[in-house]
Amino acid sequence: MSVGHVLMGLLAERDQHGYELKQLHDATFPAVRPMAFGQIYAALARLTTKGFVELVGTERVDGPDRRVYRLTEAGRAELDRWLADVDQPTDYAANPFAVKATLLLVLLGRDAASDYLRRQRAVLAGRMRVLTRRRSDPATALVEVLAADYAIAHLAADIEWMEAAAERVTDLVPPPAATPTPQEPT
Amino acid sequence: MTSPLLAGRALVYSYGNTPALRGVSVEVGRGELLAVTGPSGSGKSTLMLCLAGIIVPDAGTVTFAGEQVNAASEAERSRLRRTRIGVLFQFGQIVPELSCAENVMLPLLLSGVRRRPARTAALNWMERFDVAELADQHPGEVSGGQQQRVAVARAMVTEPEVVFADEPTGALDQLASEKVMTQLTRVARDSETAVVVITHDPRIAAFADREVVIRDGLLDDADPVAASQVASGTIR
Repeated sequence: MSVGHVLMGLLAERDQHGYELKQLHDATFPAVRPMAFGQIYAALARLTTKGFVELVGTERVDGPDRRVYRLTEAGRAELDRWLADVDQPTDYAANPFAVKATLLLVLLGRDAASDYLRRQRAVLAGRMRVLTRRRSDPATALVEVLAADYAIAHLAADIEWMEAAAERVTDLVPPPAATPTPQEPT
Repeated sequence: MTSPLLAGRALVYSYGNTPALRGVSVEVGRGELLAVTGPSGSGKSTLMLCLAGIIVPDAGTVTFAGEQVNAASEAERSRLRRTRIGVLFQFGQIVPELSCAENVMLPLLLSGVRRRPARTAALNWMERFDVAELADQHPGEVSGGQQQRVAVARAMVTEPEVVFADEPTGALDQLASEKVMTQLTRVARDSETAVVVITHDPRIAAFADREVVIRDGLLDDADPVAASQVASGTIR
């Protein structure tokens, strides 16, 4: 997925200038990091070069002139191709928690790793409670409910992984050998 | 600070030689939604049975609204469960021979309420859980999610001060589970009923205000800001 495809998707609804595109993007995808203007203008320039969007005029809104863009036929075809496509799962699932747990296991032993996993789990569970409450509110908009569903599913997957990992670390790794009592100086 | 509605202190319970609870303390405030989570066999269901007065702990105390439940007679505990405590199990304990409304009426009939007011109250609670239209159907004729919402209405019909729900969404799919939990938590918040949800599912636990984790019969105090071993450990 690229910023370009997302912008083409938003332009397919109607012609828009960059500022409108940003507003529409941020409102439609509340769980996605807000798009920076720089990103939008750079992507529009690339799409124009490729012939996927074209400049159709300028509009003066509250001061500055804003350049209005339209999706071309070639752009529409590219958008349709992209929308119909499915994505392959990536080879590497990013899991920063596993990286830290592994380092803790190696450097400080199983209790430190398992303790970290449990504390991290508690933080994610707290976030899940916030999102679940927001999702249960009948006033929450559908786009936010869908975004919360996705975030909750991912948090639940992380939590389930952490619970299993904490158990495995405790079950499979032998406890540290008893520290030898320091010898009394003679 | 006001005293909690329900408090278990230093609870110990064993099945024969197998310890299930090894000194667990937990409090539930009035109207609070508490999730008790933990792996299978961690002791979370045993904790619920102790708190609900269904079993008596080997050691420790359970206090409900200022009264010691563990010191009460079986008859007193039974009366408490009929009137002030609601219990909801995974497999609804719905009686298949009775209609949905009769199932919801059951706790009221057992406490001596007459049939007509019992039915009125049952239909009122069924309305709140969106199952009133199933009143005269039998449990076998409705979906799993609807059956469980009938069971929730039955747990709430006596207007208890606390409802215990042990894996309340069992094998329901995601959206059916969500509907049961959304309605249960909304009605509980409206009526200031405390709910203790026992679950292994983080998605279900997330409906609560607070979560405690039980592991190997002990409370797992995973305070995220607690000083950890890492803070004091020396990385070589």
